[in-house]
Amino acid sequence: MSTHINDNIRLEAAGENALILYFSDNGQATAVITPEISSKVHQAEQLIRQHLSAEIVDLIPSYASILVVFNLLEIDHHHLRNKLKKLLKQCDNSNSRPGRLIELPAYYSLESGLDLARIAKRAKLSVEQVIALHQGQEYRVYAIGFAPGFAYLGEVDKRIAMPRLATPRLKVPKGAVAIADRQTAVYPAESPGGWNIIALCPLDMFNAQAEPIMTVAVGDRVKFVAIDKQQYVKLGGKLP
Amino acid sequence: MTKVIAKASNNELGLLVTNAGVLSLVQDSGRYGAFNLGLTNGGPADSLAFNWANRLCGNELNCTAIEINLGGLELTAQVDCVIAVTGAPMPLTLNGQQRLLWQSFSVKAGDTIKLAYAPVGVRCYLAVAGGFVIKASFGSTATVCRESVGGLNGDKLAVNDVLPCHIMLRDDNKLKQLMLAEHQQPHYTNEVVLHTILSYQQRYFSAIEKKLFFANEYQVSKHWDRMGYRLQGRAVKADIKGILSEGICYGAVQIPADGQPIVLLNDRQTIGGYPKIGAVISTDCAKLAQLRQGDRVRFEPISMSKADNIFHLNLSRFNQTQLISL
Repeated sequence: MSTHINDNIRLEAAGENALILYFSDNGQATAVITPEISSKVHQAEQLIRQHLSAEIVDLIPSYASILVVFNLLEIDHHHLRNKLKKLLKQCDNSNSRPGRLIELPAYYSLESGLDLARIAKRAKLSVEQVIALHQGQEYRVYAIGFAPGFAYLGEVDKRIAMPRLATPRLKVPKGAVAIADRQTAVYPAESPGGWNIIALCPLDMFNAQAEPIMTVAVGDRVKFVAIDKQQYVKLGGKLP
Repeated sequence: MTKVIAKASNNELGLLVTNAGVLSLVQDSGRYGAFNLGLTNGGPADSLAFNWANRLCGNELNCTAIEINLGGLELTAQVDCVIAVTGAPMPLTLNGQQRLLWQSFSVKAGDTIKLAYAPVGVRCYLAVAGGFVIKASFGSTATVCRESVGGLNGDKLAVNDVLPCHIMLRDDNKLKQLMLAEHQQPHYTNEVVLHTILSYQQRYFSAIEKKLFFANEYQVSKHWDRMGYRLQGRAVKADIKGILSEGICYGAVQIPADGQPIVLLNDRQTIGGYPKIGAVISTDCAKLAQLRQGDRVRFEPISMSKADNIFHLNLSRFNQTQLISL
């Protein structure tokens, strides 16, 4: 069932029409979150989209894996295994391109960041320091899921990592920039949620009428840029 | 396949919802290629019954139909059309007269179509010749309520919704009414065997745990819906607690901390971090989706190659089965 494509890529069965590729570093079996692994995932995803589009129904790239869903009328799992093996054999870091850099404006304040004060208190930092730490980091888009357009960004500076709320909020506003453990995200739409809110982003993360529909894709790099209330409103942001 | 001659209704007339029932959803065969946006598949929970409904109407298999969950849907036709209902045996009436499932019949403007509640099974499909004319979102009309995507407005059907359909041309008398022979119709029971491919994190389940998983019977718990079926029975123990979130395929059998398996279906979340012991084949997922609380299932191991054979055999059986002209 298990096929090793190279030291760092393993192929397993998933379902009747699905295989899953697992990526690791230096042959280690346990999956970890690193930008290097994520970049391999991104590179492999591009290769599969380029070369196997006729056989593939859909792909789900994530932190250290890609679920490959294929069309049973076009190919069977034996042949797909062989094709993936051939295609991904040379997959390594040497020729991987860094993802696009996307800048997301964020209005950090006590008014827009409902949990900012709590995070600062827990971290024994000032509110300004928390904002600086969140803003200072370059994040990677590791995965998209949970809700349409919800992108998991990592990793947040250890000092401001924050567990999810014990009782999730029934209503997190659209555009909320939030932290859960060492991950951060922008809520694409108003929804229930348990992440800690620190800012508001005026951009549409998911807009069915726009092209592209999503502002970010898996593999992109993201930086938050602080804006003030005036700029936030000017960019179309609303205060809840 | 019967060729349907129809023209698009230009004033958006079709079937008017007078009672939406428990949960009635617009569905085509599902939304594919949108995982990168975080959108799941949706589509008919019982794809076999759905496909038959379309074939009985002479449609392409991806045509938009209605999935009726449990029953209670009432419609009034605003146009002449041909419909067929398949799936769980919900009592079906046209203007109060009993009608059979698994066959197509003509409906005239003003007629009332009613579906009562199924004594066994959960889901029915109502297709119309030419398919309902509904704008696709992200390539599909499939409704996923949780995502507010698909259907008429991203939600289940409500009273006064109109499902636009094609008007049958008056001079078209050639449209045949078709039926599926009784012995070819699926049977809906309270027990299903789920053939399961060992996959994903199966190496983190001991040989004994796997044996016991396949040897024990499970019951459908009270948590069953289009997202997934949570089962109850002997707890399955995994050697690991969680994994890095990864893509979840249709039929994946997730084992959360309490050890009670969850089989993930059409409206599942696209990524998740619980260990998975394997995946149920699509044919059996469709059967599972016709079960309700208290019904019983058993898992049986199957190889990927055998699963592939079953898929193709079923497909060829479906394609070769002749419908009876009435």
